[in-house]
Amino acid sequence: MRRPFSYPLILAGLFGTWLILNESAAPGTIILGAAAAVLAGSALAALPPPRTKLRRIGVALSLMRDVFVEIVRSNNAVAQIILAPGAGERSSGFVRIPLDTRNPAALTALACIVTATPGTIWVEYDSAESTMLLHVLDLVDEEEWVRIIKDRYETRLMEIFS
Amino acid sequence: MNHAAALPVWAQLAVAFLLVAGAGLALIGSLGLLRLRTFYQRVHAPTLGTTMGIMLVLASSMIFFTVLESRLVMHEVLIGFFMVVTTPITLMLLTRAALYRDRSEQSEEVPPAAPSYTPASEGSGAQGTASGPAAPSGPSG
Repeated sequence: MRRPFSYPLILAGLFGTWLILNESAAPGTIILGAAAAVLAGSALAALPPPRTKLRRIGVALSLMRDVFVEIVRSNNAVAQIILAPGAGERSSGFVRIPLDTRNPAALTALACIVTATPGTIWVEYDSAESTMLLHVLDLVDEEEWVRIIKDRYETRLMEIFS
Repeated sequence: MNHAAALPVWAQLAVAFLLVAGAGLALIGSLGLLRLRTFYQRVHAPTLGTTMGIMLVLASSMIFFTVLESRLVMHEVLIGFFMVVTTPITLMLLTRAALYRDRSEQSEEVPPAAPSYTPASEGSGAQGTASGPAAPSGPSG
């Protein structure tokens, strides 16, 4: 039986969320928020635990910054594609990308990053061959996308979730 | 009473600019639904509204209420976080449903399923027979 404090990061996150939702740091709010966090933490501990440790916070921060820049950049690109004449004639298509990581947390993070970036969508993951299928709105060079996903995101995600 | 009139001019300008820019991105995204052709192209368009669009609108809302009530308003951070975490679920569900349908109709426009994975519907055996390098499930096929 694991104790409610097995997941300190999640507990802290829940507690912070509670304080933000209530927009106060009064003693009553703190007690209630801590109680809710401990309760949710013990409920989580009863589930099969995800075997993942978050490390390399610095790498995670630099990755988040790059993702943000990329989101801004692709918003601009996709908006231009939509507004340009002949928007429907773009050569969009699927790319199958071989992945090196099998860590569920890294895969989840990669799926969220890819899908949150306009212009690319994670379509499916094949666990037997460890490949993912990506759909790209403006597909010019397939090799380039393989490089982008692997070099820009996957290597750093593998460092973060090891 | 118009609360907006109580704001200083710099805040009014910033709020208005961010709000219009965010709404504009959401509008372009909706326009994309109309202008793009295939389902897989169209599913990209609304992500404009769910990323930069929502960020700009939330930033505008934060400035508005923070200045108006003279305290830091943080609810928008939570809204943004939950948008980022939950949007991919819907998008992937829609895309995968479309892919599943197209594969079972043997459409030429979608890539075949990987050899190790076949949709439940029959008629997808055209590609699934050869080409298996590691063949983890030999006897079942």
